[in-house]
Amino acid sequence: MSIEFRLPELGENITEAEVAEVLVKEGDQIEVDQAAMELETEKAVVELPCPHAGIVTKVHVAEGDTIKVGAIILTIDDSATAPAKTVSAEETSDDSTATAVAQAETPAVEPKRPAATAAVNSAPSTTSQQPAEPAREMAPKLDEQDDGPPPPAGPATRQMARRLGVDLRLVSGTGRSGRITQEDVEAHVRDRLSTTDSGGGIRTAPALPDFTQFGPVERRRLSKLNRTAADQLSTSWQVIPHVTQHELANITELETVRKRFMQTVGKGGPKVTVTAIVLKTCAQLLSEMPHVNSSLDAEAGELVLKQYYHIGVAVDTEHGLVVPVIRDADEKSILDIAEELTELAELARDRKLKLEQMQGATFTITNLGGIGGTSFTPIVNYPEVAILGLSRASRQPVLVDGELQERLMMPLSLSYDHRVINGADAARFVVRLSALLAQPFGLLANV
Amino acid sequence: MLDTDIVVLGGGPGGYPAAFAAADFGMDVTLVDDGIKPGGVCLHRGCIPSKALLHAARLINETKESSEWGITFPAPTIDVDRLRAWKQSVVEQLTGGIEGLCKSRNVNLIRARGRFVDSHSLELRSADGERQRLNFKTAVIASGSSPVIPGPLRVDDPRVVDSTGALELETIPDRLLVIGGGYIGLEMGTVYAALGTKVTVVEMTAGLLPGADRDLVRPLKQRLDSQFEAILLKTKVEKLVPGDNGITVELSGENAPESATFDRVLIAVGRFPNSGDLGLENTKVEVDERGFIKVDDKRRTSESHLLAIGDVAGEPMLAHKATYEAKIAIGALAGEPVAFDPYAIPAVVFTDPELAWCGLTETEAKAEGRKVDTFRFPWAASGRAHTLGRTEGITKLIADPDSQRVLGMGVVGTGAGELIAEGVLAIEMGALLRDVADTIHAHPTMSESIMESAEGLLGHATHVFRKKR
Repeated sequence: MSIEFRLPELGENITEAEVAEVLVKEGDQIEVDQAAMELETEKAVVELPCPHAGIVTKVHVAEGDTIKVGAIILTIDDSATAPAKTVSAEETSDDSTATAVAQAETPAVEPKRPAATAAVNSAPSTTSQQPAEPAREMAPKLDEQDDGPPPPAGPATRQMARRLGVDLRLVSGTGRSGRITQEDVEAHVRDRLSTTDSGGGIRTAPALPDFTQFGPVERRRLSKLNRTAADQLSTSWQVIPHVTQHELANITELETVRKRFMQTVGKGGPKVTVTAIVLKTCAQLLSEMPHVNSSLDAEAGELVLKQYYHIGVAVDTEHGLVVPVIRDADEKSILDIAEELTELAELARDRKLKLEQMQGATFTITNLGGIGGTSFTPIVNYPEVAILGLSRASRQPVLVDGELQERLMMPLSLSYDHRVINGADAARFVVRLSALLAQPFGLLANV
Repeated sequence: MLDTDIVVLGGGPGGYPAAFAAADFGMDVTLVDDGIKPGGVCLHRGCIPSKALLHAARLINETKESSEWGITFPAPTIDVDRLRAWKQSVVEQLTGGIEGLCKSRNVNLIRARGRFVDSHSLELRSADGERQRLNFKTAVIASGSSPVIPGPLRVDDPRVVDSTGALELETIPDRLLVIGGGYIGLEMGTVYAALGTKVTVVEMTAGLLPGADRDLVRPLKQRLDSQFEAILLKTKVEKLVPGDNGITVELSGENAPESATFDRVLIAVGRFPNSGDLGLENTKVEVDERGFIKVDDKRRTSESHLLAIGDVAGEPMLAHKATYEAKIAIGALAGEPVAFDPYAIPAVVFTDPELAWCGLTETEAKAEGRKVDTFRFPWAASGRAHTLGRTEGITKLIADPDSQRVLGMGVVGTGAGELIAEGVLAIEMGALLRDVADTIHAHPTMSESIMESAEGLLGHATHVFRKKR
């Protein structure tokens, strides 16, 4: 029997992926859960396991293709093996109507964007509600106009705008007498898309000059991961009013104790890093200051207070930055966390992280201490509201009761969403964090 | 028990284009219509037969007017039966054509009345009483509308008729009372007056054609004043009393006699949507206080697989609006990015002179408190109008003072119905006055009056020297 393996749901808001590498070829025998290919999604590169066993009779995609959820990837002949379990992917799209409808509305479904592009998407958001709800907007009266006549675009152009999800009121017409032509709609869409890629958003980045007039250049294509990160950073930067609260934490005793502990652990044991300790401490602090563990629903005017503590840790890999998440950090010991961190970092570097392992974070820690630097202003990972940056601890002379002593001071930099967290609370957070780190026993008692 | 993917309920100018569009998209479609042949009210007892008779009326009237040009006709001999037969042959030609198109397009045509049993099946009742079930995935309700007969006027007498009865042209009555000064009443009045009947029109409001701008109605009223026996405005019919001499009518109004007797009475006070007997209570479809089925901009009702188009789905109750909606509904089912968003819908009154308008009317602009520029081009300034001997007409354009966008057009005069198309297109395309004024219009035609109206709004109509309003 011939089975179609279609791209399954990949996770929240992810509707498509780029094929990074195809791992099977036609004629191969494939086992259940064997990796069929590597996909690059907005979040990271993932391996796609195939739930069917059999002979691959057709590979429908190639490296570099962008495929949508529900698209067919492989055709497998399983006649030699037991019937494979049904894949939920088979229900994700009925090609003829669903994709036609999907094409009729906004082409790219990406995480919620800042206000400017919201206007562009306002047209399809009403039309895309397929299931019947009596609350659905009934046909507006013909003479209901905003201010003056409707946009000067003929029926064909209006249809095109509808298809592309363009609000004609935002398009400038270059046709005769200011009429909006189909070319104008196309130019508008092109302009919007290119604005997104360059990391603009509300403000369009002006066109780049021709750099070759100054000297030779080389163009390198950014990976999907990089492009998505750029988008995400743009969103965070534009939507969140950032303030960074700096502090120096005295980790002299902590570091001494930690080193001693590591000596007893031995080779096979968990590597208890400062990051792991700070992570556990933050979990404690987040439970004391719940609004730092929240997301802002600006539209509803509500703060979404999370009753769980999943902390993301930024990991630098050669492919780019990934942020695996330690779930329920409040329930895990520092040892557990340390072990998990080591695991996740390895998976991240091998590009084997699963999507669930990168989702759901309520707070993020980013440690550049291994590399150096005195402090930095990290960018909050929207839709979280705070991020803690750690820089390299350094030996500093400190006056204690008139006496000069040596201390190991680690810079903390807490960037936060000032709409949700005020300065006083941010200061309290870092001061408390610093206090807990300064007294290892205190840490033990509190955390 | 039958099954179909899409059922279209009603085969009028909404239903049959919907069925054809669905078939063209390759959908499995069944058209349920209770007429002998499809075509609905429009083809059988509305638009088509009335226009055929109006054409005859026009001819008769022209033969009277031509004596002014030295061509005198004696009074015509009118063979009512033959006239009726011709009208009927026009109807049959067209409805037969629709039936033929159903066959060639593979539309399953069922002659029956349908009622919803639930949201996924209809009970079909054919003329001989047979019933069967039709299960469907999607339904497009195009059940149309029916004439309103107000309570006090409900009289069981064959001499009191609605538009259907009037079109049957059973006889040419001596005296006809037309209750209602809207387009149906005036069109039918025009036909009978041409055939020799003494026509009296009674209208409740202060003027004929309540929806139209007054300046467009004026030339028509002047002409009708000479063709009709009487036009009684601000007058109401209180009672109809059938008698041997005719129907005695009790009237109330400042200019009306207390009572008068007529051989025939035509009730043409309006139409109501056919939503009451569809079994909609067995579905989640919502209907408003006037009986119109509530729909969104894709013509979907409260149950998204049930759509409604045409007269049953709201105003204006016009055949071309129904046809447009048919395209929207089927386009929506096919997944196209359609929406009901016309910038202008034309309305035509086929009296002589014809009236036609589209877009914003001066009456609407005034009611909205909206500032507009208007220019009226008098047909007396048109060469073509003179060659037709019909200079009573007016063409006007309404524009936005700031952007100079064409917002509305109105015409009264012979052939207004054809002229209005340019106005609709101009508004749909977002035309500015300059676009219309600088487009070459053939000479000598009445279409030039549209160009000159635009020129007039720009301050320089060739044949009219006047400041714009």
